[in-house]
Amino acid sequence: MMHRMREFRATATRMTVIVASVLTMCTAESVTAFVSKLEAQSTPAVSVAPLPGVDTILDARAKAVASRLRCPVCQGESIQDSPAELAAQMKSLVREQIASGRSEAQVFDYFTAKYGQWILLEPKPEGINLLVYWLPVVFLVVGGGGIAIAVKRWTRPKPLDTLPTGVAANAVATPSVSANAVSPPSL
Amino acid sequence: MNWKRAGLLTLFVGGPLIALLSYGMTRDPRSIPSPLPGRDAPVFSRVVFAPGNDGVLRLPVGDTVRLAAHRGHVVVVNFWASWCLACRDEHQDLSAVARQYGPRGVRFFGLLYNDQPDNGIQWIAQMGGQAYPALEDPGARAAIDYGLYGVPETFVVDQRGSVAHKFVGPVRPGELGALLDSLLKANPAASNPLPSDAPLVRTLPSGSKP
Amino acid sequence: MTRILGMASVWIALILAVYGIAMTTIGLTRKRGELLVSGMQTVYVNFVLMTLATGAMIYALVTHDFSIGYVAQVGSRTTPLFYTVISLWGALEGSILFWGWVLAMYSAVVVFTNRKREGGLVPWSSVALQTICLFFFILLVGPANPWHLVTPTPLDGPGPNPLLQNHILMAVHPPLLYLGYVGMSVPFAFAVGALLSGEIDSADWIKLTRRWTLSAWALLSMAIIAGMWWSYEVLGWGGFWAWDPVENASFMPWLTATAFLHSVMVQERRGMLKLWNVNLIVSTFLLTILGTFLTRSGIISSVHAFTTGTIGYYFLGFIAFCLVASLVLVGGNSEKLRSTGHFESAASRDTVFLFNNLFLTGFTFVVVLGTLFPLVAEAFKGVKVTVGAPFFNKMTIPICVGLLFLMGVGPSLPWKGATKEQLKQLFIAPGVVALLIVVASLALGMRDPYAIAAFAFAGFALTCNLREYWVGAMARVRAHGENFPVALVRLVGGNRRRYGGFLAHMGIITVAAAITASSSFRFEREATLKPGQLMPIKGDLSVRFKELWQKDEPQRQVIGADVEILHGTTVVGTLDPRMNFYRTQEQPVPTPSVRSRPSGDVYLNLMAFTQDGKSATLRVIIEPFVPWIWFGGLIVALGAVLSAWPVSRRSARTVTESRSAPYGGRGPSYTPGGAVPATGMANTGMSNTAMPNTGMTMSQSPTLPS
Repeated sequence: MMHRMREFRATATRMTVIVASVLTMCTAESVTAFVSKLEAQSTPAVSVAPLPGVDTILDARAKAVASRLRCPVCQGESIQDSPAELAAQMKSLVREQIASGRSEAQVFDYFTAKYGQWILLEPKPEGINLLVYWLPVVFLVVGGGGIAIAVKRWTRPKPLDTLPTGVAANAVATPSVSANAVSPPSL
Repeated sequence: MNWKRAGLLTLFVGGPLIALLSYGMTRDPRSIPSPLPGRDAPVFSRVVFAPGNDGVLRLPVGDTVRLAAHRGHVVVVNFWASWCLACRDEHQDLSAVARQYGPRGVRFFGLLYNDQPDNGIQWIAQMGGQAYPALEDPGARAAIDYGLYGVPETFVVDQRGSVAHKFVGPVRPGELGALLDSLLKANPAASNPLPSDAPLVRTLPSGSKP
Repeated sequence: MTRILGMASVWIALILAVYGIAMTTIGLTRKRGELLVSGMQTVYVNFVLMTLATGAMIYALVTHDFSIGYVAQVGSRTTPLFYTVISLWGALEGSILFWGWVLAMYSAVVVFTNRKREGGLVPWSSVALQTICLFFFILLVGPANPWHLVTPTPLDGPGPNPLLQNHILMAVHPPLLYLGYVGMSVPFAFAVGALLSGEIDSADWIKLTRRWTLSAWALLSMAIIAGMWWSYEVLGWGGFWAWDPVENASFMPWLTATAFLHSVMVQERRGMLKLWNVNLIVSTFLLTILGTFLTRSGIISSVHAFTTGTIGYYFLGFIAFCLVASLVLVGGNSEKLRSTGHFESAASRDTVFLFNNLFLTGFTFVVVLGTLFPLVAEAFKGVKVTVGAPFFNKMTIPICVGLLFLMGVGPSLPWKGATKEQLKQLFIAPGVVALLIVVASLALGMRDPYAIAAFAFAGFALTCNLREYWVGAMARVRAHGENFPVALVRLVGGNRRRYGGFLAHMGIITVAAAITASSSFRFEREATLKPGQLMPIKGDLSVRFKELWQKDEPQRQVIGADVEILHGTTVVGTLDPRMNFYRTQEQPVPTPSVRSRPSGDVYLNLMAFTQDGKSATLRVIIEPFVPWIWFGGLIVALGAVLSAWPVSRRSARTVTESRSAPYGGRGPSYTPGGAVPATGMANTGMSNTAMPNTGMTMSQSPTLPS
């Protein structure tokens, strides 16, 4: 038991670092806003945790940036989503940089300079990376055009006239039958 | 069977895909090249929490180490943690290299990554001491500045202050030694050893340039 | 002993597979009936052998026989029995063994259920299946041998990956996944069989193939949803889909199989798109192998990638073999796959299916491209790039919105096409619903155009699909005076394939709407609390951290936090998010705690704590409508089962008798019941093998409510 406790003491102390960084994220104005809001509703015996401001524009921007940065110690997760310690620290760094007036692009540049393009969860739309953005568009456009042409060729103007009589009388859709149907190349 | 069409399809559809996948087999997705080598080393200013063994590299606890103050010297920056198993593997080697190259003017610093200094001190004691000082890195800011993926990672900064090399995982002492030799040879003027009893930070005027 | 049994079984199966392939092929080409039979019989023996091998492995796991490599790798005396058994698929070798067993089972079922069928289709298909089996048997005696001897025998093992012994869904998701994923080999085998036997033009093979694809698709759909659920309940980040390569691996074949299930109807009705459909089947199978290669070879980093050895090279070789074989077979035979039919109208369901296929294959293209692009970038530019969730979301959300739209249009449009007037009638009601949703969304403050469009089209499509039930049932009510529920049951029973399909649509729509809602209205807050402290969340909802506790279990130590959920000052529930410390892993494994209500979940994760128990960091996520994702998955599965369930013998006979319109569009007419879907008998020839358009006339009838 004691042995186990010692083992995760290391982890626990690491956790306190997270705690500290979370606390540093609390901005003064958001705390006051929450406290004043909470004073109205909470009973005197309850103490209320100071909270990071969640709904400010700054937070929204930091969150948007953090969810586009890959967590280096995880697998494909963003630092926004990752529970890892380094991710939390990177998140607070993002927040700090944005608070100090850096633009989103500058924050991305900072991280790219440190970790390489790999850190961006979405490849920069430049150079060869343009392929990954435009090939699907080309696929859909060419495919859509192909379908338009094919439908035109495959559809005969007055289908009922060419159908065998018994079937044409029956208004239900009918499997194609005629041998003289256009035989276009299959899709 | 239309063998011509079959062959063409195989060549132009199958071929490239198989080639791409085969190429992929030669790559390791886990090794990501750092953009830092060749660029200016990110500067840091960190507090010493463990002094290092007696010798040229020792620094008093509480001193602040500024990387910028070590321009003109080759600096080895090692990121480690007490909870990191691979750090145990490299510890002896790194200390040995430090003992060898410290007197030749190479600075060694261990930066503690996501760990408490108390744990670090305990760990160093367990490992039988460490030749060079250990510094705190609260919030892992220096680690992020260096684009750290995990520990241990070791950066070698040359006399001009740019990153010469990054070691991922335990350092290979032979490689590190050879690299230090070549850096010292390339710019021997700056590698004058210091008197062994002089604490590094105080003897160097801040911002000194070669 | 167990070791010998397992190894011997696999080796004999391997030899028999070679024998079976050789004998069946010789039997077919030299017209030697006895060799053919002898060759095909091996699938039964192999199924028994693989069952023995798998049983032996489970026995070894349960008895902790650590002399066996796989047991030494994933077993542990402290792991609970349940997780010991399911660790069969917890690591590479075991999962390959399980794969081999599923494949052997499918091969036996395919041969058995078609034993009376004449012609070369099934024998050639069995050759294809045996070849795939052979590959897996080779893996099992080669790079993924689970039986290798460990000396000296360890006293204990590390136990399975903590992530895989953390949740009961690990007993559900992987088997479903393998059943669905491996099931896609069967349609592929049929395609190969049809091409090799020259029966590609027969109506039979496509029907068989459709049935098997549908079953595998249903299992794969459930597996994907179960995987999402597992990821949500276990990984602790509050999401369910991360576009990780392993998720993409299961998703890519699902997309192409979905495309096939739609376009196959055009082939059945019109005799068109034959080449295209074969391509879809082949691609589906190749994508399962590609997906396995990507996650097993270590070529691309992935959460669930197993540790790898040389197995990647085997898979690469197998992909190359399958790809070349398919291209040669399909490309070389493409003349035989000419279309024989034509469309009746441009504004018909056929056209919708074409666009459906374009979007689904476009979707697949995005996923394949995104998954492989890091390799392309590295090969050509030498840079490591990441293609992650933001990319996939950006590219696929518009496609999803388009698919939602088509999901409404398709079922509404008749096969024979609709006039402008009919179109107006058809789409007024769903259009109004969509418009109302847009207005409501804007009023609620939503601004994301894609989210609004997704909701609007989800409403649109749901209305369209529901109307099919409504109109059909009401017609029966009027025609036969049945009461509504009876009419509904008989309507569905009369054409299960059609209404099962619509039900699956509604499931997908539910999933799509729930995903949109959960990502649009997700709300999260994180704070460090002292015992007794309150954290307000949203509205009058708040959580109170009560205390930390600790529990020692044989394989792990659990730290948990007791947390109350409050509405105002009333406690409405308690949650206990945990952090598990496994002996074998440095990083703790979180177990989030979730309170589910139809309106959404409260998702609580313990992020950190101080050792003295004086504080805990909690992350609370409000996840609106998430339970509807799992529920939608269930509806999809129900719809697919309804669609695929074999016809009862009695109605099957009726179908055979009334099967006047063979698939491939060469028949003279359609079954007479088709004109009036509301015929009195529920089990007429309209049972599920019949054409999918019955009842279609109703939506064009003048009585259409609009």
